[in-house]
Amino acid sequence: MPQFTDLLFYALAGLTLLFGFLTVLNPLSRSPVTSAMFLVLTILSMAGLFVLLHAFFLAAVQILVYAGAVMVVFLFVIMLLDLKEDERRHFNQVAVGLGGLSALAIAGTLVAAVVKTVPAAAPAGRLAEGETKALGRLLFESHILPFEILSLLLLVATVGAILITKKDLR
Amino acid sequence: MEAINYLSPTAQMILFSALKIGVVFGVVMTAVAYAVLVERKVSAWIQDRVGPNRTAPFFVDYLPVIGPFLVKLGIFQPAADGLKFLLKEDFTPSYVRKVYFWLAPAITVIPALLTIAVIPFGSNLGGQKMVIADLNVGILYTFGIVSLGVYGIVLAGYGSNSKYPFLGSIRSSAQMISYEIAMGMSVVPIFLLTESLNLSEIIRYQAEHGWMILKQPLAFVIFLIAAFAETNRLPFDLPESESELVGGYHTEYSSMKFALFFLGEYANMIASAAMMVTLFLGGWTLPFIDALNLPAGSLLLGLVHIGVFLAKMAFFMVVFIWVRWMLPRFRYDQLMDLGWRRFIPLALANIVVTAVVVALFNH
Repeated sequence: MPQFTDLLFYALAGLTLLFGFLTVLNPLSRSPVTSAMFLVLTILSMAGLFVLLHAFFLAAVQILVYAGAVMVVFLFVIMLLDLKEDERRHFNQVAVGLGGLSALAIAGTLVAAVVKTVPAAAPAGRLAEGETKALGRLLFESHILPFEILSLLLLVATVGAILITKKDLR
Repeated sequence: MEAINYLSPTAQMILFSALKIGVVFGVVMTAVAYAVLVERKVSAWIQDRVGPNRTAPFFVDYLPVIGPFLVKLGIFQPAADGLKFLLKEDFTPSYVRKVYFWLAPAITVIPALLTIAVIPFGSNLGGQKMVIADLNVGILYTFGIVSLGVYGIVLAGYGSNSKYPFLGSIRSSAQMISYEIAMGMSVVPIFLLTESLNLSEIIRYQAEHGWMILKQPLAFVIFLIAAFAETNRLPFDLPESESELVGGYHTEYSSMKFALFFLGEYANMIASAAMMVTLFLGGWTLPFIDALNLPAGSLLLGLVHIGVFLAKMAFFMVVFIWVRWMLPRFRYDQLMDLGWRRFIPLALANIVVTAVVVALFNH
């Protein structure tokens, strides 16, 4: 008799895969806006998976940052550029080859990682001081250097983006 | 009532949650209907008019004195308005993108209603906590859901497939993202002080240490103004500014679909009012009186707490409505300037100052 949470997991995982598939290859619509909306749904079902893992903070941030901000900017750009629903996709053979190669490489890495991973023991009960606090401590105490490097990277990207938009500065 | 004790804890939880959801939904819907009436009456007073004073159902004739008085107040107007929306022709223009055109009104309403789930609207009623979902990341959940609200408007503009709604939706997506940042940053100092993301904890902290509005007035001002931008209310109603965009994102909508946008706007107002009460005005607590400051021990006190919360919320609703009829609309560049060059730096400075103070005095 499977647990209720197991059923939820399979449902959400299935939805994530389905929506992810419909994002890239939708038989009914080629509109970029539809793709973006399915990506939003993919992100939402992934947030559901995080909730099942009791990672409420991650789930909330996933919705807040990806679904709420990043995807809205995506939509904004798609609508501003007014991309036509591309009628006939002509395939560039080099691009298809390279794309296939990188997809295979990523799949290989993932499979290798899954095979190598030893299943972790279930966490012993609830974290004493709340998961958000624990996450914060981990980020700002043990992983402070990678965190700071990442924020520097983001800063560089932001400055670069502003520089590109300011034509008179170049 | 004894039968309840024989149910399993899970069954009890489901039963009480369903009850709470039903009651809260009913209250919010009624509040939306009467907020519209208050809006019309307040605007009438501000513009030296009378406002709705005619709608009278048949039974008014049998009520002496009080009946005509209620009619003058417009008490029956919301029912007539609702009926009007239901019975009007629901017209779908031929050029719209059907799926998005139908989805958009629903997507506008759902986030507004979901936000209310984590708000503690009272202490407890006979052992039941008066909050639908007491999440540990309550405030993050709220911001996550609020950030989804923009999709309804964006899709309405895209789905309508015509010029003015499109412009309105482009404006709204930029506006809502910009002010979300300021809004999110403005509440960070609160968590620095309370050391919790749980809304019930934040209320408890305020009951013990005084209301947040006194400790973080700057955060409150930024949050209040950002709330106007997030709900697309004047002075920031650029997505629907009728003098330039006809009706903005809801130009092509009619009947119940239009009503859903209306409902979404007012439900959003209610949600932001409830958030402000919870974060800055101590939620259901009243200072100086112990009985009102601690979780209720009796049913009556529990009801009083809910009443206090609703009264504070009503205050913010009136502020929303009052501001709408007192201030002119911002220009779009002024709106962006205010958001990015005033509020975000101010909110950041507020975070730094609060962090320094907390670090100096609490450790």
